[in-house]
Amino acid sequence: MNGRRPDPDQLLTRIKEEEARAARGKLKIFFGASAGVGKTYGMLWAARQLAQQGTDVVIGVIETHGRKETQALVDGFERLPLRDIVHRGMLLREFDIDGALARQPALILVDELAHSNVAGSRHPKRWQDVEELLSAGIDVYSTVNVQHLETLNDVVGRITGIRVGETVPDHVFDAADEVVLVDLPPDELLQRLREGKVYLPQQAERAIQNFFRKGNLIALRELALRRTADRVDSQMIAYRRDRAVAPVWQTRESLLACIGPQTDGDRIIRSAARIATRLDVPWHVIYVETPELQHLGDGRRQRILKNLKLAQDMGAETASLSGSDAVDTIIAYARDHNLAKVVVGRGHRKFRLPWLGSFADRIGRLASDLDVIQVAREDGPSDHGREGPTDSSLLDRLSAPWRSFVMSAVLCTLATLVAMPLHAIFDLANIAMLFLLAVVLAAVRYGLGPAIAASFLNVAAFDFFFVPPRFSFAVGDVQYLMTFAVMLAVGLITAKLTAGLKFQARVARVREQRVRALYEMSRDLSGALMPEQIAEICQRFAEKVFSACAAIVVADDDNQLRHPVDVPGGVPPIDPAICQWAFDHGTEAGCGTDTLAGSPLLYVPLAAPMRTRGVLALQPQDPQRLMAPEQRRLLDTFARLIAIALERVHYVSVAQTTTVQMESERLRNSLLSAISHDLRTPLSALVGLADSLFLTQPPPTAQQAEIAGSMREEVLRMNSQVNNLLDMARLQAGAVRLNRQWQPLEEVVGSATKAMASVLAQHRLSVRLPEDLPLLEFDAVLIERVLVNLLDNAAKYTPSGSLIEVGAAPGARDHIDVWVEDDGPGLPAGREEQIFQKFERGRKESTTPGVGLGLAICRAIVEAHGGNISAGKRANGGARFVFSLPRGKPPLVEVDDEGAIAEEIHW
Amino acid sequence: MKEASPIVIVVEDEAKIRRFVRMSLESEGCQVYEADSVKRGLIETATRKPDMVVLDLGLPDGDGVGLIRDLRTWSDIPVIVLSARTSEMDKVEALDAGADDYLIKPFGTAELLARVRAQLRRRTRAPGSATSILEFGKIRVDFSRRTVERDGEPLHLTPIEHRLLAYLANNADSVLTHRQLLKNVWGPGHVEDAHYVRVYMAHLRKKIEDDPSQPRHILTEAGIGYRFVI
Repeated sequence: MNGRRPDPDQLLTRIKEEEARAARGKLKIFFGASAGVGKTYGMLWAARQLAQQGTDVVIGVIETHGRKETQALVDGFERLPLRDIVHRGMLLREFDIDGALARQPALILVDELAHSNVAGSRHPKRWQDVEELLSAGIDVYSTVNVQHLETLNDVVGRITGIRVGETVPDHVFDAADEVVLVDLPPDELLQRLREGKVYLPQQAERAIQNFFRKGNLIALRELALRRTADRVDSQMIAYRRDRAVAPVWQTRESLLACIGPQTDGDRIIRSAARIATRLDVPWHVIYVETPELQHLGDGRRQRILKNLKLAQDMGAETASLSGSDAVDTIIAYARDHNLAKVVVGRGHRKFRLPWLGSFADRIGRLASDLDVIQVAREDGPSDHGREGPTDSSLLDRLSAPWRSFVMSAVLCTLATLVAMPLHAIFDLANIAMLFLLAVVLAAVRYGLGPAIAASFLNVAAFDFFFVPPRFSFAVGDVQYLMTFAVMLAVGLITAKLTAGLKFQARVARVREQRVRALYEMSRDLSGALMPEQIAEICQRFAEKVFSACAAIVVADDDNQLRHPVDVPGGVPPIDPAICQWAFDHGTEAGCGTDTLAGSPLLYVPLAAPMRTRGVLALQPQDPQRLMAPEQRRLLDTFARLIAIALERVHYVSVAQTTTVQMESERLRNSLLSAISHDLRTPLSALVGLADSLFLTQPPPTAQQAEIAGSMREEVLRMNSQVNNLLDMARLQAGAVRLNRQWQPLEEVVGSATKAMASVLAQHRLSVRLPEDLPLLEFDAVLIERVLVNLLDNAAKYTPSGSLIEVGAAPGARDHIDVWVEDDGPGLPAGREEQIFQKFERGRKESTTPGVGLGLAICRAIVEAHGGNISAGKRANGGARFVFSLPRGKPPLVEVDDEGAIAEEIHW
Repeated sequence: MKEASPIVIVVEDEAKIRRFVRMSLESEGCQVYEADSVKRGLIETATRKPDMVVLDLGLPDGDGVGLIRDLRTWSDIPVIVLSARTSEMDKVEALDAGADDYLIKPFGTAELLARVRAQLRRRTRAPGSATSILEFGKIRVDFSRRTVERDGEPLHLTPIEHRLLAYLANNADSVLTHRQLLKNVWGPGHVEDAHYVRVYMAHLRKKIEDDPSQPRHILTEAGIGYRFVI
């Protein structure tokens, strides 16, 4: 591979991205180094120019901060009213996303992308509102300060000493279609501040004065410029990739960041994000849960989850893994996912065995092919934050029920009691073994805390009761100190190991239960044939695994959500609006998500391979538990299995319907052909036998011959009635399959007039077809039938000697019109449409034979071809029937002799 | 050209129809043998050395098309097929298998005899007897010199048109399906391009018919193919 050509997969991805992008609205971000540089002003100015060109611009939300120039620009724009939200007794005003979606402007201005919405809004962040506006195809202008970018947030914090809580994920910024840097040199900004052009609220003045120092402003400006330059650079790279300028991208080395329970997890994540952005590579963040980490207190676990969530928001792929050794697990993950760089925090372990080396060293030693990047440790203030959780977690670990401690004390007592009589027989060293056994038993039975307690107790008991001088804590021989130390160490280590093993066994058991539950559910689902059964299985499983009440809402064939499927156990209170939102957007909504987190229910769309089949609504008893990564993974699998089961059930019913249709069609066809055979055979015999009367010897008299002739006529007429009835039955039953072929109209006109030659013998027939008619695609037999019926009608309803004319010409809407006209008495006025009804005839009381199916058949045939048929008056008196056939795209025909034929071929 | 009376085998399961077909054919001087099933039909055709077979497509013990295929492996005697009106596919299949003409039920004596006469005439004329000169209407074709004249004026035909006309003339009075024409004029690679035949047929009609929309020689059998009548 020389890589000259663009990688087709990448191109495909790009094309898909572009398609998705075309339907989306465009996001333009006005980006600045700090407040006061004029972002809002710049945005309004740009919007005003667009508005003058006729674009439909509205203001969604604008914060003018009382600046006069800005306020002046706002006037003249339509402003969407803000939504009033009452939160904790206070009336707050917030951007109204539903109002904006309903208004559907071409462009909407939404200031301050990083803003956090008031609780009770649909999304917690304003940028999420903007995402939804973009998805709806609305263009958005917005503003961002550099300190609000997620990955730069901590850097800015360290420079200025002020850390802002409101951030925008970098991927939002990077995915923006345009970024306009609004730049103002620090001196000018300070000048404007002094002149009071930038308004500062009084209460925050001191903090802000600190912020607006020249050094800060220069640093911020540099950051903003550099970030914009990075963006331009990545655009350049994308451009190169599109044009395949050079084979730069053979491999995509990705980045793996590992976080632990330490407080600096977010630092590692931000660093990794910056590195990944700079390298333009995808990145992963993992957390390895080793058995010892599973003892962690809730606070720390929450922090880990928060960090993983942060990483996800910043565009990383996250996973929480479990393994007995973090290093092995990390290396295995890196190899599996082809990740060549590993980012870890320096001093990742607070407790480190010296021969193992640092965490990074161990990774480096075990996997020499991986690059290991160490991120500096957080210093200063975070250190005291570190101690707190550690203590609490230790407490947490040791806080086994007091009964366990009592029991381990009992174990010690027992060991002492058993050892007492043995003291005379056995050596002291063997007595010590007995105590060790007690520690192991305590660890196995009661866990780590009691086992540690038991170790100390045992050492004390051993000393007190057995080591001379006995019944005193004093130690006669110094060598016993060694015994104590070893005993204590062995006790502690055994306790820890045993407790760890026990814990791992418990984890394995839980995991096994989970897998078994999944297995059982998929087995049950595979037998389900109705949505009700699936809903019931789903409820049972959700109850067992998530301790949640579940229901599914299935979408019908028109992608409309119906009522939740009824199950015996009852259905949680579903909010149809959130449910619909989750279904439409294909993302989770409700409790624990970014969308309408206030709802007590979690709504998970059920995405199957073909389309989204419905929504799973869960009402968890403990929403926090459902947030844990492994639970979410389980929930994903759960939803996926249900979706696939629903899809399967859907296709089962489709297959059943199709089989029934095919069966009924087959039945209809065989019935029709049986009837037609049974009716026609005697008719055929009758015609033939009537004819054969002429052949009898002696020859029939003139009168007999005439009777035989009449018989023949009548039989033939009856035959045509039978044909009409059967045709109508076939056409109505939809049993006619068109055999459409490209052919000249002339052919079928020729065969129809020839077939009607005897009927038309008393009339004058004129055929006028233009030379340049294109080939048309139709079923020759059926269109011949239309023409025959029309000609037959014309012959029937006009006196002999009348003129009957067949013609064709290009008509309206890419159709070709074909007509049959006569100069007879014409149609009864006002019945032009009625005559196409079944069993209608032109003249009710006439003696002209026929039951009036002919025109109904014509209409059915022409409409099956995608044309239409109508009757009217001929220009010079008489009746005129016109039907149209679609032109379509005729195939090309190669000609063997150009000189001779070219000028004759117009199609 | 009345020679020894031609032998015709009628394979038809309806006794009434068989009877009148027999009466008509006998009035024409044919010697008629009847069969009421595919099996009987095969036995009769194998033993009677017939000059023609009149065959109903819907027989109780099988499909008449099978009989035609069987027959065509050892004989090229004319076969006329009797069929219901709506089953175009069956007719095309029978014609592709080697049938020469078809009649739609119900049919009269006159139609039957006209077809039978035409096929018998073709048989007496067929092998080697065809002259290289063919005249119909205002047209005169000299196949050996590859020239066509209309009212004495030379008429230009493209090579394919010429081949088409020659093939039609060779099989005059028989119904030729689109597939047969494509296979024999264009070659086996073109059997699916039915519109080719239609377009060339239209050209040919313009050149040799007086009124192409009311042709007298190249007749269209809708949904099936063409019949060339001299």
